[in-house]
Amino acid sequence: MTAGTPTAGVDAEAVPLDPLPQRIWDNVRTGNLGSAPVMLALGIVVLFFGISAQNFWSPANFTNIITSMAGPCLIAYGVVFVLLIGEIDLSVAYVSGVAGVVVAEAQLPTGANLPWYLCVLLAILATVAIGAFQGSVVALIGVPSFVVTLAGYEIWSGVILKVLNQGVITIQSPKINDFSGYFFPKHWHAGWVLGGWTLATLVSVGYVGGMLWAALSGRRHGIAVRDPIVLGLKMVSVPLVAVLTVFVLNKDRGVPLGVLLMVGSLVVWTFVAKRTTFGRHVYAVGGNAEAARRAGINVARIRILVFMIAGGMSGLGGIVLAARLNSVDLQAGSGTLLLDAIAAVVIGGTSLFGGRGEIRNALIGTALIYTIQSGMFIKGYATGIIYIVTGSILLVAVTFDTVVRRIQVRSGR
Amino acid sequence: MTDTPLLELRGVSKSFGSVQALTDVDLEVRAGEVMALVGDNGAGKSTLIKCVAGIHPMDEGEMIFNGQRVSVSSPKDAAKLGIEVVYQDLALCDNLDVVQNMYLGREARNAVQVLREPPMEAKTRETLKTLRVTTIRSIRQPVATLSGGQRQSVAVARAVLWNSKLVILDEPTAALGVAQTEQVLALVNRLAEQGLGVVLISHNLHDIFETATRIAVLRLGRNAGLFERTQVTQEEVVHAITAGQPTKVSGIAGTEHGAPA
Repeated sequence: MTAGTPTAGVDAEAVPLDPLPQRIWDNVRTGNLGSAPVMLALGIVVLFFGISAQNFWSPANFTNIITSMAGPCLIAYGVVFVLLIGEIDLSVAYVSGVAGVVVAEAQLPTGANLPWYLCVLLAILATVAIGAFQGSVVALIGVPSFVVTLAGYEIWSGVILKVLNQGVITIQSPKINDFSGYFFPKHWHAGWVLGGWTLATLVSVGYVGGMLWAALSGRRHGIAVRDPIVLGLKMVSVPLVAVLTVFVLNKDRGVPLGVLLMVGSLVVWTFVAKRTTFGRHVYAVGGNAEAARRAGINVARIRILVFMIAGGMSGLGGIVLAARLNSVDLQAGSGTLLLDAIAAVVIGGTSLFGGRGEIRNALIGTALIYTIQSGMFIKGYATGIIYIVTGSILLVAVTFDTVVRRIQVRSGR
Repeated sequence: MTDTPLLELRGVSKSFGSVQALTDVDLEVRAGEVMALVGDNGAGKSTLIKCVAGIHPMDEGEMIFNGQRVSVSSPKDAAKLGIEVVYQDLALCDNLDVVQNMYLGREARNAVQVLREPPMEAKTRETLKTLRVTTIRSIRQPVATLSGGQRQSVAVARAVLWNSKLVILDEPTAALGVAQTEQVLALVNRLAEQGLGVVLISHNLHDIFETATRIAVLRLGRNAGLFERTQVTQEEVVHAITAGQPTKVSGIAGTEHGAPA
């Protein structure tokens, strides 16, 4: 074919927009379903328990689910980054326990007696440092992350047992306990403190404004809005969800601080993942690390930073979990916390194979897991059954991911 | 032939442990020509271009680019000079879309590292249009959904996007069908027409005789011939690839031209 020969196919300029059905098909074909299946599952689960479980459909239970999922959800946000680069972090649960121990020790009136913000800062710095250490072993020496963080799992659980030789520390600082126990005023504001409705308004205006701004700046460069219908639906549904959430929570004790932490982290990390060079490089490293390296990306630096994020978010989650109990004990970071955090991310639609996933997967996945656990608990199922169900859902999600990946490889060429 | 070559390699040697991959190799590429680099498996073609691309440091020898002696110790250095390599295994990220791949590692960003998508999208569209890559339906579709030829076109277009002066293509048509091969070869010719120097590594003599200006043969890590495409037959090139004698012997200057008769 010589230079002037017209080529087969559609001219790139004639069709500047990809029709929506085509894009959906592309996404299905390449396994980019994202959170659609799990959103559907969440809807079914809520409906099922809403009908069959007494008191499930109540503002008090909604508040309970949210305060119980806040800690694991924050941890899961960090796990998303780790899975995006195709690694795993098995230490997140005990690292969150370490943060609880640091906070508890630092606030101890008979000990360090530091102000609450220093306690929190110290705990998060400690967990970021742990992440930096584990990430460096993975990225610089090349030890598989599975093994490094499995070692971390043992080490940090051991550290917790060793440091907490008295068995339990009660957290007496009310500010630290507020990380789980604080509720925003029910109205627009109380003095200088923002109320639930103000938060809902801020979130809605911020979201819609951000969308419009992106669309406008695209237009300035001659790029038309893709899928105006989807854009419109998003701009209506997000404010709707915000208003509904605040409405229901105000029927109980108001909006818990956990909601702000979850939504705030979601916004921040989604921005980092989708709108910054760092985020772009995270996806690139997960998609094809060699290609990323040849493109001049410092792959080791990206990996270390990702493990630092996972550490830091585990720390924040650990503070919330400790605040929820108003104490830390030898159980900190144990039990199903690790499974819940990783399962939530995978169930939410993030691939274990790297490169595919969104930050919001963590939120949706944790919501699904904790909704099921709450519903089953209300219906009186034994803990064992709840574990079996959670594990089964995880298996289904991972199987789905694997099958989708195979389809993707087949459609690749 | 008086114009200074764009790239000149003199006496490049490289060994990996006890394996001598390159011995005293010369190569020159002029702007606006397609220099084919051929040789059997293990002849040192890939090693040579990896030296140019800054992936492997060369043990000995010098590299002259645009008349200046340069040393390239990382892919970034090479990119800074205007040398871009399109690798055999594409080096694209399947999970990213066309624009994201085109700008991988060199994203348009503001002072706080926030991406500026609109200019990237506009420039990608423009570059693909200049190179007449018209079969890609949407530049926002993931690379995983593209055909082999389209992926290769994206990889080549990425190399061009950066005002590069020299583009090195490592087996660009190895995995492609007939129509897609034609598509990519046409693209290669367009690069040369636009005044870029092109190094084309290929096993496929048909491809080479269709596009190359000159043909350099490597055998067992040494120069084994340099031909003008119009003055050589495929048989002569095959002979040089399989049984050619080194055309340059260390220490004897001026032996680097012409094939063994």
